[in-house]
Amino acid sequence: MREIKTSDIIRTIAQLFEEACYYLPKDVYVAIKKAKAREESSVARNVLDKILQNAEIAANGEIPLCQDTGVAVVFLELGQEVHITGGGLYAAINEGVRLGYDKGYLNNLIVSRPTSDRIKAKYNTPAMIHTEIVPGDKLKIIALPKGGGSENMSRLTVLSPAQGRQGIIDYVVNLVNDSGANLCPPIIVGVGIGGTTEVAMMIAKKALLRKVGGPSSNTEVAELEKEILKRINNLGIGAMGYGGKITALAVHIETYPCEAGSLPVAVNFQCHSARRKEAIL
Amino acid sequence: MQRKVILPLTDEIVKNFRTGDSLLITGVIYAAKDTAHKRMVEALKRGEILPVNLKGQIIYYLGPSPARPGRPIGSASPTTSGRMDSYTPYLLAKGLKGMIGKGPRSKEVKDAIKKYKAVYFGAIGGAGALLSKCIKKAEVIAYKDLGSNAFQRLEVEDFPVTVINDIYGNDLYEEGKAKYQVKL
Repeated sequence: MREIKTSDIIRTIAQLFEEACYYLPKDVYVAIKKAKAREESSVARNVLDKILQNAEIAANGEIPLCQDTGVAVVFLELGQEVHITGGGLYAAINEGVRLGYDKGYLNNLIVSRPTSDRIKAKYNTPAMIHTEIVPGDKLKIIALPKGGGSENMSRLTVLSPAQGRQGIIDYVVNLVNDSGANLCPPIIVGVGIGGTTEVAMMIAKKALLRKVGGPSSNTEVAELEKEILKRINNLGIGAMGYGGKITALAVHIETYPCEAGSLPVAVNFQCHSARRKEAIL
Repeated sequence: MQRKVILPLTDEIVKNFRTGDSLLITGVIYAAKDTAHKRMVEALKRGEILPVNLKGQIIYYLGPSPARPGRPIGSASPTTSGRMDSYTPYLLAKGLKGMIGKGPRSKEVKDAIKKYKAVYFGAIGGAGALLSKCIKKAEVIAYKDLGSNAFQRLEVEDFPVTVINDIYGNDLYEEGKAKYQVKL
């Protein structure tokens, strides 16, 4: 057994969220830069240019990329030979989120009672924690501060298997078409196909963790990603919905086996402020 | 080309705005989100006055992140405007001349924009650091208990916006999309 102290986890989580909200991942920056080079609309090019400038200003570490510093989503890959010492793992994660949001001057956006008074909680907790037990003696932590604009438009459906590939394409493309400017395009589209409904949404969200435009390792799925991306960019929505050739930077699809009578399709949207940061302990 | 505009807005200024125009605005604007809007509309319904006279003014749909010491405001990009749609026509009737946000407006809001000769501007969602740099001063003037969603007076300099809905009934979201759509 390898021991990992909760104090190290707290410190790591705090740092990951703080840094994620100030430093746009390089692959996202490059993808936006490439989009700008391909964009025909001058209005949309101006938007993309300002998004790049914004990333440069935020990287001074003074002002976060976006005031919507999100809900703290945490993905854990916990090696089964790890022994966590010094307290509860999830309590440590929430403590790290509290510290990181406080130290980083990030916005606390959680409301504790969603159906009643919706008064903001004192801290941006609880984090949304997803744990996978894996072989080994390491703990991988991925921080995903998830903004509301794009998350609000995420959807799930269960298609009839007969609707098949075309049904999947139409569902995703229509969803982007209906959501338009509210998504804060250019977006990254996470799609989860298969599993049961909760698995479909989980893999759709996990698809957002891939490097932008990194294709699926399955060639058939990679083809589907390309086709959906083309259809989305044919919609003409463009950066911030002002009209243009680039509405999505990438479509990432993850699949999972499912029941013979089902075809779950989940779509999880990510705005252009695609903040994520990971560490391995 | 980005045109500079000095606030406050007047009929004379607004009539020159066209959907798709890129502007840099300088002057005073007010920050308010849905909770502050709800209070303003409730005050109007009770026959009370608003925190400020909205005639000729602009409301920015903003709930900023906390300001670091020495800075007037934190990250400051717009929130989704649709959340304000049910309140906006009441404020336009009171002379509000402009709104800054992101995302499409309802038919009722678009009709009211045309009726009252107002304008809806888009600011870039997620460009909170860049937009924060254009805000030189921020002061909470009402609904302090709403925290980051309080009603604030902002002094802005060369704040970049794009005209979405002009007084002629045009809509950038519809026009821009139609222009770049590839029909199969």
